[in-house]
Amino acid sequence: MSRRFLYLVERNFLVWRKLMVPSLIANLADPLIYLLGLGFGLGALVGNIDGRPYSTFLAGGMLCYSTLNSASAEALYSAFSRLKVQRTWEGILHAPMTITDVVVGEWLWAAAKATLSGAAILVVMYGFGFAKGLAPLAVLPVLFAVGLCFSGVALIMTTLAKGYDFFTYYFTLLVTPMGFLSGVFFPLHQLPQPVQTLAWLLPLAHAASLARGLTLGDPMPWPWLSLAVLLGYGVTGVCVAAWIARRRLTK
Amino acid sequence: MLAVESLRKVYGGREVVRELSFSVRRGECFGILGPNGAGKTTTLRCCLGLTHADGGRIELGGLPVPEAARIARYRVGVVPQFDNLDPDFTVTENLVMFARYFDIPGRVARQRVPRLLEFAGLADRAGARIDQLSGGMKRRLTLARALVNDPDVLFLDEPTTGLDPQARHLIWDGLKRLVAGGKTLILTTHFMDEAERLCNRLCVMDEGSIIALDTPRGLIEKLIEPVVVEVYGEGVGPWAATHARPVVERLEVSGETAFCYMHDPEPLLALARQQPELRTLRRAANLEDVFIKLTGRDIRD
Repeated sequence: MSRRFLYLVERNFLVWRKLMVPSLIANLADPLIYLLGLGFGLGALVGNIDGRPYSTFLAGGMLCYSTLNSASAEALYSAFSRLKVQRTWEGILHAPMTITDVVVGEWLWAAAKATLSGAAILVVMYGFGFAKGLAPLAVLPVLFAVGLCFSGVALIMTTLAKGYDFFTYYFTLLVTPMGFLSGVFFPLHQLPQPVQTLAWLLPLAHAASLARGLTLGDPMPWPWLSLAVLLGYGVTGVCVAAWIARRRLTK
Repeated sequence: MLAVESLRKVYGGREVVRELSFSVRRGECFGILGPNGAGKTTTLRCCLGLTHADGGRIELGGLPVPEAARIARYRVGVVPQFDNLDPDFTVTENLVMFARYFDIPGRVARQRVPRLLEFAGLADRAGARIDQLSGGMKRRLTLARALVNDPDVLFLDEPTTGLDPQARHLIWDGLKRLVAGGKTLILTTHFMDEAERLCNRLCVMDEGSIIALDTPRGLIEKLIEPVVVEVYGEGVGPWAATHARPVVERLEVSGETAFCYMHDPEPLLALARQQPELRTLRRAANLEDVFIKLTGRDIRD
């Protein structure tokens, strides 16, 4: 495997660097609004969950949800702009780069950017005192795995898409329901058993389990399996996406 | 530099490239002419390894394509039909980043930028955003970008389509300098004056096949009568059919114009002078006449 995909990461990083400040502010402001709005607003009604305030519980879930959203946005909308609207991929393929280089580069970049969004939540958690000490920092590599997972799956949609409208279906039919099934906004164990089983087949439940385990000290039922599920979805996703992209672009 | 042998490409059951063979020598400007849909772009994409042929053999810079296409592209520059400059970058950043894809270090790339911008006539636009450039400037920047790796071969797909005459002449000047500097150029076009000016040799493609291949002069001398008289005016059709036909070698009527091809135009011009309602234009036959003769007057979409 060559390291040419790093040129694509470099390209995306250089573009991101131009808009770094607004991007970082958005990364920080968005989760803050959620945590304040839902955490303290809804939290006042809900009371404690699993022996701690709702806002603390929610912050653990938001770590993953924010990473998921950031990975999806980058691997769907931004990557699709580069694939179709701006023809950036086409230009790069005139150089000695392959479609695999480009798709893998997009995958790693989206995961890295998503990790930053997750890290912003971790900063907020430290700020509110939900996270203490150095131990929660262990969640950062897990957030990268969460980023790899969801950008890999999203790239399948991107390489299949004819236009941006397609992504609305992905969010409405897959991402949003998965968000409610996976213990992000409320505990998984209050759902009926068959629904719980279904949730554990999806990657977000594993992500939330790992995130709460590492930042809040919750018990993690299968930590290594959870990590493997995240990476499995991600690697499968990017391989399928590269295959579709090859079919689409070498026609 | 490039050898294509019995190339075949099928899209959805339709053969868009059929048994295509040609070769391009080092330092030559080779033109591929043809109406829309003749298979020009598909042929270029096959040569670059961007799409896989259904038959035949391609060798680019001594390397087999598509097997070694990626390696071959280190020595190749591409000017695509539709601009794909990176709109997220400035003019300079476009050149530097594109060089990176060729494993060229950023420092080396930045040293090359001033000369490339000079060549493209964009020296005063180094920091401009892409959306601030005119169509002609974007084309020139695309050409400069294709030179960032100092390639041996340049592929240009309709390099001046959509440009105004001033912008086209600027591009032509640049391309002539490249050929003078020893680069090999392979370009597709449907502008006959462009092909006539730039190309050492050219082929005419139609429906996926090469129907003629020679120097521009050779094509004109071999395939067509040397003098054309265009006769315009109402009722020119019936007049040409009865009066002009006996004194010309070939006649085509299109709307209110009769195109008369021959060696000696005097008898026809004398006849036309007797008809005050007819206007005539006498000129030497050019590549466009060859092209029309070979591919017909019907619109291709």
